[in-house]
Amino acid sequence: MATKLPKPDELSRIDYTPPKKCWMDTPAELKPGMYCWGAKAKNLNVVGFPNARDWSPAEEDWKLPKEWEGTVLEGIHDRLSKYRSFRLFMDVCVRCGACADKCHFYIGTGDPKNMPVLRAELLRSVYRKYFTVPGKLFGGLAGARELTTEVLKEWWYYFFQCTECRRCSVFCPYGIDTAEVTMMGRELLNLLGLNIDWIAGPVANCYKKGNHLGLEPHTIKSSMEFFLDDIDTLTGVKVEPTFNRKGAEILFVTPSVDLFADPGTYTAMGYLMLFHELGLDYTWSTYASEGGNFGVFTSNEMAKRLHYKIYAEAKRLGVKYIIGGECGHMWRLVNQYLDTWHGPADFMEEPVSPITGTKFENAKSTKMVHVIEFTADLIKNGKLKLDPTRNDHLNVTYHDSCNTARGMGLLDEPRYVLKNSCSNFHEMPENTIREQTFCCGSGTGLNASENMELRMRGGIPRANAVKHVHEKYGVNMLTNICAIDRATLKASMDYWVPDVSVAGVHELVGNALIMTGEKERTTDMRGEPLPGKEGDENETV
Amino acid sequence: MKIIFSFFTVVLLVLLAFLGLKIANLYYLFGVIIPYAALAIFIIGFVYRVMKWASSPVPFRIPTTCGQQKSFPWIKQNKIENPSSTWGVIIRMLLEVLAFRSLFRNTKTESRDGKLSYGSDKWLWMAGLAFHWSFLVILIRHFRFFAADVPSVIHLIESLDSFLQIGVPLLYMTDIVLVAAVTFLFIRRVVIPQVNYISLIADYIPLFLILGIAISGILMRYLFKVHLVGVKNFAIGLINFNPVIPEGVGVIFYIHLFLISSLFAYFPFSKLMHAGGVFLSPTRNLANNSRMKRHVNPWDYPVKVHTYEEYEDDFREKMKNVGIPVEKE
Repeated sequence: MATKLPKPDELSRIDYTPPKKCWMDTPAELKPGMYCWGAKAKNLNVVGFPNARDWSPAEEDWKLPKEWEGTVLEGIHDRLSKYRSFRLFMDVCVRCGACADKCHFYIGTGDPKNMPVLRAELLRSVYRKYFTVPGKLFGGLAGARELTTEVLKEWWYYFFQCTECRRCSVFCPYGIDTAEVTMMGRELLNLLGLNIDWIAGPVANCYKKGNHLGLEPHTIKSSMEFFLDDIDTLTGVKVEPTFNRKGAEILFVTPSVDLFADPGTYTAMGYLMLFHELGLDYTWSTYASEGGNFGVFTSNEMAKRLHYKIYAEAKRLGVKYIIGGECGHMWRLVNQYLDTWHGPADFMEEPVSPITGTKFENAKSTKMVHVIEFTADLIKNGKLKLDPTRNDHLNVTYHDSCNTARGMGLLDEPRYVLKNSCSNFHEMPENTIREQTFCCGSGTGLNASENMELRMRGGIPRANAVKHVHEKYGVNMLTNICAIDRATLKASMDYWVPDVSVAGVHELVGNALIMTGEKERTTDMRGEPLPGKEGDENETV
Repeated sequence: MKIIFSFFTVVLLVLLAFLGLKIANLYYLFGVIIPYAALAIFIIGFVYRVMKWASSPVPFRIPTTCGQQKSFPWIKQNKIENPSSTWGVIIRMLLEVLAFRSLFRNTKTESRDGKLSYGSDKWLWMAGLAFHWSFLVILIRHFRFFAADVPSVIHLIESLDSFLQIGVPLLYMTDIVLVAAVTFLFIRRVVIPQVNYISLIADYIPLFLILGIAISGILMRYLFKVHLVGVKNFAIGLINFNPVIPEGVGVIFYIHLFLISSLFAYFPFSKLMHAGGVFLSPTRNLANNSRMKRHVNPWDYPVKVHTYEEYEDDFREKMKNVGIPVEKE
């Protein structure tokens, strides 16, 4: 990458003074480090997206298709008639500004076009020009402007500087949700092939191979075997998961990145240990090997196409219901989209925990239970033997991921699981957790490397809150239930609060879990000596 | 620029009414035709806009959840901020519409030495609430002009509104609160750099218009003292579709009336439609129950997918080699 990431103290000097010139007359200046590479033709072609071509955002010429304006305007028209949210949110904003300083990208950049209200105005101004009477009659006086290549580039730059975290919509008096606006903006851009490759690549992989990383069936099995060896070394227990097994009671679906990259791999090991200890009749699938869905960062249709596999595989294997792993946007989709897209899931049964007999009433239609709900119920019913002192070397805080917080409300279950798995737990300040949680700064497929400055800037509010509890209580472990968080918060912590590590909740569960027939553990999954066992390390070496 | 433009637009309206009456004697136009036309535009426009929004379906259930979901009996659900039932939604909406719940959460982000803090900031909420409620009370008070026998409810509201017992005629608190709140909303739009930067002409016009209406109304009540019986006869005439132009009602009354007519006619074309829109917001008016009860998308259509059969065709040998079961050997 050509640009070097500035040092933290340089990056944290942010100027919030808006420019003198009106935003409409200020074309976006694409700053290196703040945007991702353009989508490659080969990736768009895999899923049959229109106007696939190799192009570069840094070049003047984006090789736009002929009559692209018509495509965009038709696209707006189509979406206005399909989504009440879009039509309403184009009309009802009063520009009160309550949302302005709620956005992590605005807080981290000071760029006024990152205020949620102005991000939406980028699109609203064009909507007014072509779809409203005052806009048609009075143009600029009515806040309307023409659709030009400059406007299009501005859309691209700023709709890929929004992580659809919905924090602004919590504060908006009309519930205007910038996520809805950004989703529409990205759909429109996608009509012109203006995607980013960090999204287009995983989408193509997920479509053909079943998961974002493009792990083929045999690779999934072999990476899992590494985990099993590690578990064996750690506990002396042999875990034998199954793949694509027909007749299993439960299908387990989780984001693929947890099978591949630290620290998510430890979370995956946590699942394996837990399910083994329970003797759960469950199977993994190499076909439905992705819980996440980068499709939703391009278009609703693509998201639906990718999420198809989950129910299809559940039906093929004949399972009773599905458990889903720790993931953020996956759970927004499971909670608010999956059943609508691919239901009714009447080929499965209403989920009941085989261990506790608890009926998961809240999942009776989707037939999909969150693993955190599943584990919380086990703990509540005393079915797990946990030794929280094994996590005593950790001082833990919890980051609510945007989607499970604001698109679901899974707030107290993970805290319950954590408090039973570790002894030292401290909350971050109240304006930065639960429904007011801050995004990691790299969601919605913006977790690339070429836009690292953007990511670190967007990560400022979250990192700031972590730093606060790090300094005040000595917190050294940031837990979460999101695979993107596990990958991106690690980078953010390395940059902003270097003494804090990142883990999924089920990593702590796995460490605390007392397994039948296990040997005495001396380290945690990461090979860190357990508290009180520091001396033993020398003997085993 | 935007402020000056908006200000003079409203000044122009005042001049228009003034000259129209003083020079051209257009009493019937300003007293009858324009008010009727404005009301018609308001009603038709408002209904049209709401119908237009309602004509677009809600394909997905997308409430913004602001509290704990319904899961287990032993975890306390936040039934209002994350409703799973219709009653929860109704209470959430009532709080939103009557008490501006979301705005009540407002915080102010401050950065000191690289440390961020989020202090509570209730000014916008307070001014917004004060403005809307006093506007409503004033509107209700005005019904005294349209009824031959003033209903006791209106008498009650009037006496509550003037309980300070200051001046003759008695000072209404809502008059003061309305002007103060609108002034505050205007000033914050000018002095807060971010809010100033996002403001459009369409944000200033309603403020000046409402301020104009309030000031002309206050002048009429406390200073110029227009002929009240005349005004009442006029109002009753209007509402019974039997308009009469009364004698001796000052020009200030017609200015007041013309500004109100302008606001009514402007309403359906403007951001003021948030008054109707807030009820339709899918992030607020839906229950978070889509895992319990299937939500149907009326325009759902089949999409191209990559089936398991196609997947197995791509990877059959690799799967067999590592002992993963396949459908076709």
